[in-house]
Amino acid sequence: MLIVAFVSFSLFNFVGDPINNMVGEETSDEERSELRESLGLNDPIHIQFSRFVVNATKGEFGISYQLRRPVSELISERLPATIELVLISALIALVSGTLLGVYTGINRKGFLSDAILAISLLGVSLPTFVIGILFIYLFAVILGILPSFGRGEVVSLGYWSTGFLTLSGIKAIILPSVTLSLFQMTYIIRLVRAEMMEILQTDYIKFARARGISEKSIHYKHALKNGLIPVITIAGINIGTLIAFSIITETVFQWPGMGFLFIQAVQFVDIPIMSAYLVFIAFVFVMINFIVDILYYFIDPRIRVKSEAVSG
Amino acid sequence: MDNKNLTLLNRIKDSDIYFSFIKSPTAILSTIILIIIFFCSFFVEFVTPYNPFDPSSLSLMDAFTPPSWTEEGLAKFILGTDGQGRDMLATILYGARISLIVGFSAVIFALVLGVGLGLSAGYFGGRYEMIVMRLTDVQLTVPSILMALLVDGIARGIISRELHDEMAIYVLIFAIGISEWPQFARVSRAATLVEKNKDYVSASTIIGVSNIIIMFKHILPNIMRPVLVIGTIGLALAIIAEATLSFLGVGVPPTTPSLGTLIRLGNDFLFSGEWWITFFPAIFLVILAFSINLLGDWMRDTLNPKLN
Amino acid sequence: MAFLKINNLSVNYEMRRETIYAAKEVNINVEKGEILGLVGESGSGKSTVGNAIINLIDEPGKVSGGSIILDGTDIYEKPENILKLRGKKIGLIFQDPQTSLNPILTIGEQLIETIQTHLKLTTEEAKNKAIKLLKEVGIKDAETRFNNYPHQFSGGMRQRVVISLALCCEPELLIADEPTTALDVSIQSQILDLIKTLTKERNLAVILITHDMGVISETTDRVAVMKNGDLVEIGPTKEILTKPKEIYTKALVSSVPPTNKKINRFKIIEKENKIEGETNIKILNRWTKKDIIDQDLVKIKNLSKTFDDNFFTESSKNSVMAVDDVSFNIKEGESFGLVGESGSGKSTIAKMIVNLYSPSAGDINFDNVCITKIKNNKEMMKFRKQIQMIFQDPYSSLNGRLKVKEIVSEPIKLHNPSISSKDLDSYIYDLLESVELTQQSAERYPHEFSGGQRQRISIARALATQPRLLVCDEPTSALDVSIQAQILNLLKDLQEQLNLTILFISHDLPVVRQMCDRIAVLKNGKLCEISKTEELFKNPSHEYTKELLTLMPKIESIYN
Repeated sequence: MLIVAFVSFSLFNFVGDPINNMVGEETSDEERSELRESLGLNDPIHIQFSRFVVNATKGEFGISYQLRRPVSELISERLPATIELVLISALIALVSGTLLGVYTGINRKGFLSDAILAISLLGVSLPTFVIGILFIYLFAVILGILPSFGRGEVVSLGYWSTGFLTLSGIKAIILPSVTLSLFQMTYIIRLVRAEMMEILQTDYIKFARARGISEKSIHYKHALKNGLIPVITIAGINIGTLIAFSIITETVFQWPGMGFLFIQAVQFVDIPIMSAYLVFIAFVFVMINFIVDILYYFIDPRIRVKSEAVSG
Repeated sequence: MDNKNLTLLNRIKDSDIYFSFIKSPTAILSTIILIIIFFCSFFVEFVTPYNPFDPSSLSLMDAFTPPSWTEEGLAKFILGTDGQGRDMLATILYGARISLIVGFSAVIFALVLGVGLGLSAGYFGGRYEMIVMRLTDVQLTVPSILMALLVDGIARGIISRELHDEMAIYVLIFAIGISEWPQFARVSRAATLVEKNKDYVSASTIIGVSNIIIMFKHILPNIMRPVLVIGTIGLALAIIAEATLSFLGVGVPPTTPSLGTLIRLGNDFLFSGEWWITFFPAIFLVILAFSINLLGDWMRDTLNPKLN
Repeated sequence: MAFLKINNLSVNYEMRRETIYAAKEVNINVEKGEILGLVGESGSGKSTVGNAIINLIDEPGKVSGGSIILDGTDIYEKPENILKLRGKKIGLIFQDPQTSLNPILTIGEQLIETIQTHLKLTTEEAKNKAIKLLKEVGIKDAETRFNNYPHQFSGGMRQRVVISLALCCEPELLIADEPTTALDVSIQSQILDLIKTLTKERNLAVILITHDMGVISETTDRVAVMKNGDLVEIGPTKEILTKPKEIYTKALVSSVPPTNKKINRFKIIEKENKIEGETNIKILNRWTKKDIIDQDLVKIKNLSKTFDDNFFTESSKNSVMAVDDVSFNIKEGESFGLVGESGSGKSTIAKMIVNLYSPSAGDINFDNVCITKIKNNKEMMKFRKQIQMIFQDPYSSLNGRLKVKEIVSEPIKLHNPSISSKDLDSYIYDLLESVELTQQSAERYPHEFSGGQRQRISIARALATQPRLLVCDEPTSALDVSIQAQILNLLKDLQEQLNLTILFISHDLPVVRQMCDRIAVLKNGKLCEISKTEELFKNPSHEYTKELLTLMPKIESIYN
């Protein structure tokens, strides 16, 4: 976490001259150095860094060069949109990905499995933005049943604005979330399938068969439980990746989320937004890793029991 | 010499890989498609009479011609033209060349960097290995597209705007390459750890062979299989990543459009009915990536006997 | 009618290049209350027969003919027949207890599920039955261990759990596929005793599949010998082992190292070895043969090695003492044996002598120079040249990407860079012929060779530097007995003619007896005793040695 904070700090500090970006060409040198002093840019680096960290924990990232508004304000405005999009997509990707993966892993040969696999491979080859464009063209332009951009009507709940409470909001989230989840879903299908196939070859499955345990129990009790362990890690990484890919989806669907904000920031070299976004992402990743570790502890007895033995 | 080639050919023919190749119609089909695409893109000057980047040959009169099989289509523009009267097919092939160059360079960059670090980390172990692996862990949690965006953003900050357009392609290669190397590092380290513990490495050490020679002569050839699989899949990913970045407007500039740039430019015409301007580059991109993935998938199944 | 009747069973594996006949018209009957041994070398089809009985043949194998009738039910008549029999009437035990239990279910859960699949019992009843069973197979504290996961058990204990799982629904036929191969000798005898007791108490019919003639001789009532899918011979164990009728059985029995005496050479009855007698060692004229002086070539003083196991735990408290204060000397020209079970530190010592590991404490002197303190690379090369090693696993000890020629030439070129390519070729050919390989082998790749041939290539590579000391780390334990006999003969010949000093490491006491002049016994990194071979076998002084000697399966026990 600190590493990422440092990277984004150096980004903030060394990439280009922030003063140059903030003021116009005609500003005099004196004015510049005054501004420099007032921003504390003349302090030693470690003091600047600690100030950056302190501010970051308070959610202060300075002022956007481009939009001339506090970054924290911009972010909190955009945050709900992105989180709703990512959560819905993660749900779609994980649930359907795991189900289809298990199905194809168990029924290795069969028309449906082959079809799912072929489609999943196609899914890996389809860039998210192409899917988005195709969806827009099909559902918005040709069929005209779903909106092609925006969040629809949102309801404000204090700090949070949600699109789930209105019909137009729900309609608006269908296309972006399906688009976003498709790539991840196909990835999860392939992973779960490979995992299931490997487990079904192991000795303990063979031994369970030799004891006369029913195929149903072998598949869903013995194999699936073992197969789901790596899926937890994947789910963690998956959410992180979804946040990143939401940049693309948000651009295609003009979804007013953080990714959209970020891509504009990159185009205009708006460093404060970029570094704030980075810190936010890093925070999310650290949280996810933490949750994944905890889940592992509960699910995998090989980790749990060992740590008990050490502590006891 | 003849004799040697013959035995090599026989060895290939005799190998399980060859057998599995001729038994797999998807592998053959995707290889054929890829060969055609590679050929047409790299020798595009000879394949199509049009040069979309020569303004004198363009005529705005030809702009927005639909594909040849539609009512208003012209036979000379098979896939129609774009807003500046450029032939779509030619533009796509020129664009594919850029995409392929960026994809290949990025993968090779990532491969050299990743395998180099992964191999040495796995072989030497200790603190060095820990640092390298921690680095890959950190980077793996940052999704590749984000990484590439960041690199590009930083590059924009450092390099002036005029220079940036010129440098864009190198920045892009670097950005995609840097986002993909951890995969190679991980795979090659894991494979190196397995190989390192095999007795043939111990035997070489006991004989007195130096570490460098053991690494490159003995271990490297033995870890190439998984690396090649990752490389193939990585190529598809790199091409998609390039297209995505260009689509987002942070990739190659419109003066030398890649497939992604073409899709972005065409996207604006989607609502006004000129669907072909964005559709054909998109389909082309999907076919390209799909063929590479099919090949990669087949390679993974063939080269990884564990799953069979 | 016999309890289990296998009639003309044939199993085919249709592979890409050819069809492999893993079993060819095999006829075997098994009665209740008897243990039938199924013995053969790798690829003989013995496991295939075991798997065919329970209808679990790996793909692409198929039963192509014959029938298996268990207690009147034809297993292959209807596909659902076997489903009723698995676990209920037939129990199966696998070789490796590490992998045959589901790691994320407690053994209790696995037992209860199996019991309830076949018997109509409530969970409470099933639990009681399971605990009773665990006690029966010798698991102490069964009530608490019931809730443990497999990884909390040691190898031997796990195999007991596996047996309890196989027996929990009171099957009448037990198939044990190499049940003790992955275990140490002392645990092996416990598991075999357990199987014998259960057979008597429960009146089981048991098929014991193994490659180990000692196990066969001590455990089984009757034995069936298989080779390349054919049933060679079947009969009472004593008769087969003492008066074999078939040539193959004779060869098999004679290549088993006897435990009660030392023989000069193994008798090889295999066809492939046309020329009996000593090998023609062609490299002899190149060898700068050192005369054997009566001196200690290797002196090991207070050698210790600890592994910091901080890969799994953060604290270094869990460091393992792999070798603990070991001292011994090896005389020039002798073969010295290092014996112990897994974890005894014998391989670690070998790796320190060849300088793959550096010791935590203590010295290794070679030819009166302390080689553990050499820092200079050039100095080290001198000793690298003189000490070479042969490894256990013939499949991992050769780089599959290099031709045999390249493998063997690497050490030559490294230590003699100026050698002409013509001389190099003839040297390689001499080396290959010395280990009984043809010149044509030079152009081939390792995967084209069998395990025994690969081990010969390994030996050729080790001899290429003309070493004085050859460290052999379990060189034959991955090989079939008949191949083992050939390799051991080769090593003996080489040693005799080239005046080699050999450090021979093995867990297999009979093999060590045949190979070594003196033997050191190791346990948990500590040295138990060093004696002359015959003395060690006749009058062992250490308790542990005595235990090992009584527990090792003896083929001669059939005479008693």
